[in-house]
Amino acid sequence: MPATPLHFQTVSELSASLAAGTLTSVALTEAIIDRTLAVEDRVQAFNSHDHEAALAQARDSDARRASGRALGPLDGIPIGLKDVIAVRGQPLTASSRILANFVSPYDSTVATRLRAAGMVFWGRLNLDEFAMGSSTENSATRITANPHDLTRIPGGSSGGSAAAVAAGQLPATLGSDTGGSIRQPAALCGVVGLKPTYGRVSRYGLVAYASSLDQIGPLGRTVEDVALLLQAIAGPDERDSTSFDTPVPDYRAALAAPRQRPWRIGIPKEYFGAGLDPEVAAAVQTAIAHYRSLGAEIREISLPHTDYALAAYYIIATAEASSNLARFDGVRYGHRSPDAENLLEVYFKSRAEGFGAEVKLRIILGTYVLSSGYYDAYYGRAQKVRTLIREDFVRAFGEVDVLLTPTAPTPAFKRGEKSADPLAMYLADIYTIGVNLAGLPAISVPCGFTAAGLPIGLQLIGRPFAEADLLAAAHAYDSAHDWTRRTPNC
Amino acid sequence: MQYEAVIGLEVHVQIKTRSKMFTRVAAGYGQPENTLTDPTVLALPGALPVMNKAAVDAIIKAGLMLGCAIAPVCKWDRKNYFYPDSPKNYQISQYDQPICVGGAVEIELPGPARNVMGEHKSIPLTRIHLEEDVGKLNHGAGGSLIDYNRAGTPLMEIVSDPALQSADEAYAYLQSLRTSIVYAGISDCDMEKGQLRCDANVSIRPVGETKLGTKVELKNLNSIAFVRDGIAHEIARQLAVVKAGGVIVQETRDYDGLTGTSQSLRSKEMAHDYRYFPDPDLMPVKVDENWKARLASELPERPFDKQRRFMAAEADGGYALPYTLASVLVPDRELSDWFEAAAKLASPALAQPVGNWIVNDLQRELAGAGVALADVKITPAALADLVKLIAAGTLLQNSAKEVFAEIFATGESPAAIVARKGLAAAPTDTAELETWCREAIAANAKAVAEFKSGKESALNGLKGPVMKSAKGKANPKAVDETLRRLLA
Repeated sequence: MPATPLHFQTVSELSASLAAGTLTSVALTEAIIDRTLAVEDRVQAFNSHDHEAALAQARDSDARRASGRALGPLDGIPIGLKDVIAVRGQPLTASSRILANFVSPYDSTVATRLRAAGMVFWGRLNLDEFAMGSSTENSATRITANPHDLTRIPGGSSGGSAAAVAAGQLPATLGSDTGGSIRQPAALCGVVGLKPTYGRVSRYGLVAYASSLDQIGPLGRTVEDVALLLQAIAGPDERDSTSFDTPVPDYRAALAAPRQRPWRIGIPKEYFGAGLDPEVAAAVQTAIAHYRSLGAEIREISLPHTDYALAAYYIIATAEASSNLARFDGVRYGHRSPDAENLLEVYFKSRAEGFGAEVKLRIILGTYVLSSGYYDAYYGRAQKVRTLIREDFVRAFGEVDVLLTPTAPTPAFKRGEKSADPLAMYLADIYTIGVNLAGLPAISVPCGFTAAGLPIGLQLIGRPFAEADLLAAAHAYDSAHDWTRRTPNC
Repeated sequence: MQYEAVIGLEVHVQIKTRSKMFTRVAAGYGQPENTLTDPTVLALPGALPVMNKAAVDAIIKAGLMLGCAIAPVCKWDRKNYFYPDSPKNYQISQYDQPICVGGAVEIELPGPARNVMGEHKSIPLTRIHLEEDVGKLNHGAGGSLIDYNRAGTPLMEIVSDPALQSADEAYAYLQSLRTSIVYAGISDCDMEKGQLRCDANVSIRPVGETKLGTKVELKNLNSIAFVRDGIAHEIARQLAVVKAGGVIVQETRDYDGLTGTSQSLRSKEMAHDYRYFPDPDLMPVKVDENWKARLASELPERPFDKQRRFMAAEADGGYALPYTLASVLVPDRELSDWFEAAAKLASPALAQPVGNWIVNDLQRELAGAGVALADVKITPAALADLVKLIAAGTLLQNSAKEVFAEIFATGESPAAIVARKGLAAAPTDTAELETWCREAIAANAKAVAEFKSGKESALNGLKGPVMKSAKGKANPKAVDETLRRLLA
């Protein structure tokens, strides 16, 4: 069997080679750049990239290592960020026309932490505009393809982040997850994607979609890789009041830590009903069988308010979005309509020209549900439903350690297949949004392929701030399989 | 039909903190445009707010000072509206759970004369909440420019009940509120710098009616005098409208203090729907008893409590100050503290002369030298010593003025100045003084008779001639004693 090319190696493998001196960051970064450019015409994962800047960081990394001052296991490894995470001096477009020419003058907290870990920033990754979508088709910049089938979507909204890892354009990326935006594209592209507990990773510098739901998280080829990345970005931040001041354990060490008692895994029956693709269901059942073979106790549980999650999500998320996106007004930065004659026209025309259809739809919906006389009926009620959904999970975790579900109801669908039907598109997140409403950590791990060669993901959901346990449970499956070695021919 | 006015005030006060309400960039006034900014102030994509605890401390102090109930939880809401001075196009504020509820502002109305204290009233407050200030628009020929230096400055909004009945009451309310806030060190309340701003809701109704009339909101009342004048003007305007058979329209009016006129800005139909909802970027803050107790321990005495205490009898722990002195000393916390330090060192019985020296001489010297009380060389102890020297008869009033000027200029002790300049009252030759006293008694039979019949003040009629004989250099205490001995 031929050696895995650099661009398909895991972060752990690359880290070991860098540490052993058999690989330099410059050589690795050049290989990543070459691979990126070789497939980018077809994959279209990147909104922008700057190979000079990346190579300069790689040279710095090699110099540090040469003088014995390497910054840790991630030093010298390239990483790509979803184009909603601010990096000083780099474009920050949110895949929107309204920020087409915006360059961030400041670093997000995660960017600061990745810099401190020595990582090499390579590229800005495509997404559904302002992270609103499940297919990355809502991007104003380009249409990203699923590397496993270029006629299909990569999922979304972190479609660029998932596709780039799948296509070998990056060993790891960061995405953001508001209703499934890391996990669903990870599942559809056949990579690992982690949404941490709300408050585990600082949101400072993440372009806000829905502030009470958004969370930054890593995507990679293995559970071990996302554990390494989580290690680098997790922890309280004085710039984000919603970041939680609780210790960050050693996540990689937790993967192999001996377990005192077998896993108790809950299977929520509501996540296996109508609408679930039979091939996805079969793959997930096979994974459940694997856990059983490892000695896990499998229990069916119920999350009775699951049916209301989608409605509550679209009220809360759009309400917050309508307010969060008010700052894009053409006054201080971003697109300003050249035809505006007065203040109101600056607002109306800049926003009309700058935002895409899905963003407008959600701003209008969010404005409506917050408006005087409707607040209690919509936003107030949705918050109550959110509490009920959270309580469902609390009850479940009284009985089990983790929950196991499919990540998405179907494998990747064809480009354009659901564009005309927003509700059908929203159903792509049916298994992932409850987790955001409850603020829980969850991970999508590849668990097979359909007959047509499309990746399938399983989702594990953990207790709040129990990422170490969640990652260990995911690793127990992932380390015994090698689905991500089945790389696409793109 | 008789009408009465009903007025409610909304007062915005900038809180004096080092940094802004939701970010650590400095708060300040008079800096070059857009230098007090950062990603959060400018609402760059991805920037987040983080609460400044010092501002919450300040508003809780204000609430405790004004007797408000302090909410156990301080939560934040977004007030959504588009305007270029508001960088996020929403303002972080407090909607349904203000941190301070209830409370009252004690006011003092003008008395019938300058030296007579007027009526005191208690004006109930509705609420005080915390929010962030907006930037400033500068409209020019080439367009409008925005300075975001002010944006994000902590701002508290103090809302009174509609309980004020006249322009004078509104004026007294603002003065009292300002004094309390400055006392507590919450703000300097400089209206010229926009640190205190006031909007007034004015309505009229027939006397006896309990329902409120249609209110008109007056904006841009940018001095306390303009608040009074603007309200008086608005009451008169509304009375004229009603008298002419018209109806009051709910609207916002802009009062121009320079011309004494007002014009309509917008009517009710253009009212905003602010779509308030809890700000998901900020966590609610629990205000526990310890926190409140710590702030309560840092509070100064309330100004009107201090005024009552200064005017109370010595036996009741006061200084028996006349209203004319108390009303000048008390509104200035530093000056009244300075007074109290000096009065204590002198003795409560000498508080009035101490107060007189401060109100008359010290204030005049301060103004003349253009220095602040904090920077003067004279100390409360020096003034106390001066007053004691006068009371003991060692120093005469005329010489005392000279000594005071010297203390003010140099900070030297009064005793040293008196010694150096030879200003002590002449050591009295007892025989000579007795001769002068006998002459005075002989020449003023009427005063002697009056004094003997119990009229204490008649003795002054004898002291004058004695002093005249002594060419003003006799020790007044010795004169007093000698006369009393001879008349006994």
